[in-house]
Amino acid sequence: MSEEMILRLFEALGQTIYMVSVSMVIAALIGIPLGVLLVTTAKGQILECVAFNRVLAGIVNAVRSVPFIILLVAIIPFTRIIVGTSIGTTAAMVPLTLAAIPFIGRQVENSIKEVPYGLIEAAQSLGATPLQIIRHVLLPEALSSIVSQLTTVIIGLIGASAMAGTIGGGGIGDLAIRYGYQRFRPDIMLATVVILIVVVQLVQFIGNRIAMRLNKK
Amino acid sequence: MIKLSHIKKIYETSSGPLQALKDVSLTIDRGEIYGIIGLSGAGKSTLVRCINMLERPTEGTVEIDGQDLTKMNEKQLRAVRKKIGMIFQQFNLLSSSTVYENVAFPLKLAGTDKKTIREKVMPLLKLVGLEQKAQQYPAQLSGGQKQRVGIARALASGPSILLCDEATSALDPQTTQAILNLIKKINRELQITVVIITHEMKVIKDICTKVAVIDHGVIAEKGPVIDVFINPQQAITREFISVLLSDELPSAFRQQPVSKEPIEGGHLLLRLTFIGESADEPVIMQLIKNAPDIDASILFGDLDQIQAIPYGRMIIGLKGSAEKVEMARKWLEKQELKVEVIGYVRRNDTALV
Repeated sequence: MSEEMILRLFEALGQTIYMVSVSMVIAALIGIPLGVLLVTTAKGQILECVAFNRVLAGIVNAVRSVPFIILLVAIIPFTRIIVGTSIGTTAAMVPLTLAAIPFIGRQVENSIKEVPYGLIEAAQSLGATPLQIIRHVLLPEALSSIVSQLTTVIIGLIGASAMAGTIGGGGIGDLAIRYGYQRFRPDIMLATVVILIVVVQLVQFIGNRIAMRLNKK
Repeated sequence: MIKLSHIKKIYETSSGPLQALKDVSLTIDRGEIYGIIGLSGAGKSTLVRCINMLERPTEGTVEIDGQDLTKMNEKQLRAVRKKIGMIFQQFNLLSSSTVYENVAFPLKLAGTDKKTIREKVMPLLKLVGLEQKAQQYPAQLSGGQKQRVGIARALASGPSILLCDEATSALDPQTTQAILNLIKKINRELQITVVIITHEMKVIKDICTKVAVIDHGVIAEKGPVIDVFINPQQAITREFISVLLSDELPSAFRQQPVSKEPIEGGHLLLRLTFIGESADEPVIMQLIKNAPDIDASILFGDLDQIQAIPYGRMIIGLKGSAEKVEMARKWLEKQELKVEVIGYVRRNDTALV
């Protein structure tokens, strides 16, 4: 493999990390509160508001049902408004983020649902407000599980980022398709796959370690 | 003082409305340990949650020291709840927080500064005997220790009432006893009114001053524990008591026909209940002196304490001429004890084999 190719691999890896990490951070900032709302506004919960909950769940399901490759091109006008361009690595982050938000929302919802209702009741009996319950009971108690779930989301995003090439996003997956597949370079294909395996293993390993540290059960 | 008046609670379920509480009224005086006993589904958990309004009653009022909680908004209720501690069957501790942080939790919610929190939490941990475990997590504790943390947490905001929802039901008998002793100590030393929800009559007998028996959403019976034990009015109450105090006849008399009229060769079986000082009286000896021509045999005897009051139960069999037996019975009824006639039964000695 030429030196140039190795440089390209590194550049692609950098793009993937950039796309996934920025999307992940933004999506988590929106997705975690979304997950909290999905749980707490449901019937019988601390911020019960059934109509709002239904609308929210409907939107989440709608976004989640659009295949990523279609989302990528379907929201091009929206992407242009947000980042000023519809092609390139930065442009690819908009659909990645948008796809990750409902995904994170659902995962966080599941994590929080695992917190026993008795804990909420205990906090209420101590005079906690709904916001205090979210901040001091639901989130800390679900944190370990949320970290595990977010790890899954990151790995999902790494996978999805391979499609970013469609709009010139670059990244490892894009390199694999353009060089490994379209130019018949099995060595490149192999190298990208190895890199992806290593990255995913690493993410999963770190995620598991953090989740384990946080779990005091 | 806690005053519940005509509490009704109706849940809307998919199979129609479910009436969990039907017109419950109860007054709990300051400093009491009030037990509420019932089978599962009787409505006792709903009732205790009405006291701190974790469940809003559909109808009726909940007054604490003259304030009607049912008329309060959530904000006012949160302030009142700080004065009502609660402990739970499943402990409900924050698994991600240490013992210290769990006890500090209500103070943190109230925005107390760290120094004050420390000054309050450490004595509480000492009170419940867990000062060595402050930095451990709940998962590292035994059930009894977890409940001690629950108690310390419930006391952190200085409540005047402690609600215990099946607080000992998940614990083994020895641990139960230790937790009950701790609750008693808290009641005595901190002058905290305690409301205990349980399905175990033993808990009522050991520490409660008053008891209410709840059945199918209504109070079947209530009163001082000793009165209810000695003179239960309802079948459900007798059933609860019988778990502690066996009502069965000795095996030689079991499955024999019981007759109201004297029968040839039969014993008159009497159940005697001694309360307080009469438990110390030599009643049987005096009976034999006063009614010399009968055979009196003790078939069952048991001495216990309720609220430090001696409480004895005995089944005796009297045999002799109908007239003499009747005289003996009349003599017993004049004594300071409760006499209950079971009936005339013939002894079946083959049952012993």
